[in-house]
Amino acid sequence: MTATLPPPHRVTLFAGHYGSGKTNLAVNRALALRAAGYPVAIADLDIVNPYFRTKDSAAELAAAGIPLISPAFANSNVDLPALPKEVYELVDDRSTLAIFDVGGDDRGAYALGRYTPSILEEGDYEMIFVANFCRPLTRTAAEALEVMREIEAAGGIPFTGIVNNSNIGEETTPETLRATYATAEELARLSRLPILFCSADRRVAMQMEEPVFGMQLQKKVF
Amino acid sequence: MADKVLMKGNEAIAEAAIRAGCRHYFGYPITPQTEVAAYMAKRMPKIGGVFLQAESEISAINMVYGVASAGMRVMTSSSSPGISLKQEGISYLAGADLPALIVNVQRGGPGLGGIQPSQSDYFQATKGGGHGDYHLIVLAPASVQEMADMTGKAFDLADEYRMPVMLLADGTMGQMMEPVTLPETAPRTVEKPWAVTGTQGKREHNIINSLYLKPEILERTNLERYDRYRVIEEKEPLWEEYLTEDADICVVAFGIAARVSKNAVKAARAKGIKAGLIRPITLWPFPKAPLAKAAEHAKAFLSVELSMGQMIEDIELAIRCRRPVTLCNRTGGMIPTPEEVLAAIEKAAGGEN
Repeated sequence: MTATLPPPHRVTLFAGHYGSGKTNLAVNRALALRAAGYPVAIADLDIVNPYFRTKDSAAELAAAGIPLISPAFANSNVDLPALPKEVYELVDDRSTLAIFDVGGDDRGAYALGRYTPSILEEGDYEMIFVANFCRPLTRTAAEALEVMREIEAAGGIPFTGIVNNSNIGEETTPETLRATYATAEELARLSRLPILFCSADRRVAMQMEEPVFGMQLQKKVF
Repeated sequence: MADKVLMKGNEAIAEAAIRAGCRHYFGYPITPQTEVAAYMAKRMPKIGGVFLQAESEISAINMVYGVASAGMRVMTSSSSPGISLKQEGISYLAGADLPALIVNVQRGGPGLGGIQPSQSDYFQATKGGGHGDYHLIVLAPASVQEMADMTGKAFDLADEYRMPVMLLADGTMGQMMEPVTLPETAPRTVEKPWAVTGTQGKREHNIINSLYLKPEILERTNLERYDRYRVIEEKEPLWEEYLTEDADICVVAFGIAARVSKNAVKAARAKGIKAGLIRPITLWPFPKAPLAKAAEHAKAFLSVELSMGQMIEDIELAIRCRRPVTLCNRTGGMIPTPEEVLAAIEKAAGGEN
């Protein structure tokens, strides 16, 4: 069953261990908000990951009328980690909702730091820790908490909630996600943060009775 | 727990290496293999291992030489330009008969090239790269699961034959995420009486060296090494065959190109063309036997590569040029689509151009 998500904050940031599903969540959250009539823009702050990223969904976002701000050289052959000036506009323009797809781990979150003072000053944000407990370095709540603290130290914004996006790619079943519920609750207890929602590929979410945010995934199948 | 985890190919290499008993990693960051180093940086300190980011690729490979001399499992990883820098050290490892794992997550070249996937280091990996008469065993995984499995196998082969082994992947294999089951078994241990581990005053000291100033002795050393290579060529070729028994068109591809080709072979079969696929898993030793066998009934061969055509020469040699071999390729970081491969299969089958 597809979860109905709570009303959005002005700024929503998705961060977490790389490969946890931040980009898919950011893109799908943006599309859902746009469909609900909100003006929304998405910024790709990932200056670490060279291949699979927000820009892969550029056409879909454009069709939905969602501006995409991404590093000029993303998905190109140029390994140049620079962010465009438009990110500042998105941080400062409070008339539109902003979704930030933060790069993976603490290394990816360093780039967030330059926008942190404005975001904290405005004070209307949700900093979401995207958890995939099927990833090797975030298998347990304790490991995930370590990554969480590293990202907070690098980006300077404390997390406000957790999304459980546990999956093993195409082989994910409802049981894959369900098997991680206890770990997610343990992380919530350790971090004293709420689990905002669970998410999964729409195909998986449709098979589940409990509310799960179903996502259209970016796919590159070889 | 043997359940599946979701891993990037680069992470799978690093975790599998740790599980194979590797406690020493030396490297220098370069896209698209940096996650190998990043993973090692996180894990090694927690398990009493060594992660060291060297000041260059050249020093990293020579640190590998040092640890290998002491008989411990050791590895380095890089991507194409960085692997070029390591070539002198790789030749020294081969010349000193030292086991080690070298991972090349290839990107487009030549020169600094690009950061997108490529297979254009095939010649460098299989024909030498460094100077002198030597070979590396070269393994070419085609899934994240194989990235893990081949890493363990690479360490075993390196120890068994006392030689450096290369895992030849590409940027796509390194970056893509797939579910993986990681090995739970204890790593194989091989006695290394040749290693420099301290004599305790009880034996003659061992010397690790690749310098032989007397040509007679150097020649003998090289001949003995090639005797070992012959055993490897006999015992170790690995490959996967898909629908080759009755194939008229035999597609040959490794790594990411093999995944694309498999889809094209399926599509060709659906159109009534008898296509099949041979996927070399070891690039050296090159699996000549299945190719020679396929040449008995196949009308033509098609080499699918992310390069200007390098493996195609080994295909022609393996089948002694008995059948025409054509090339379907992209280069510079581009990947052929299944449609492009299908079109090449149709052309080889004598259909429309």
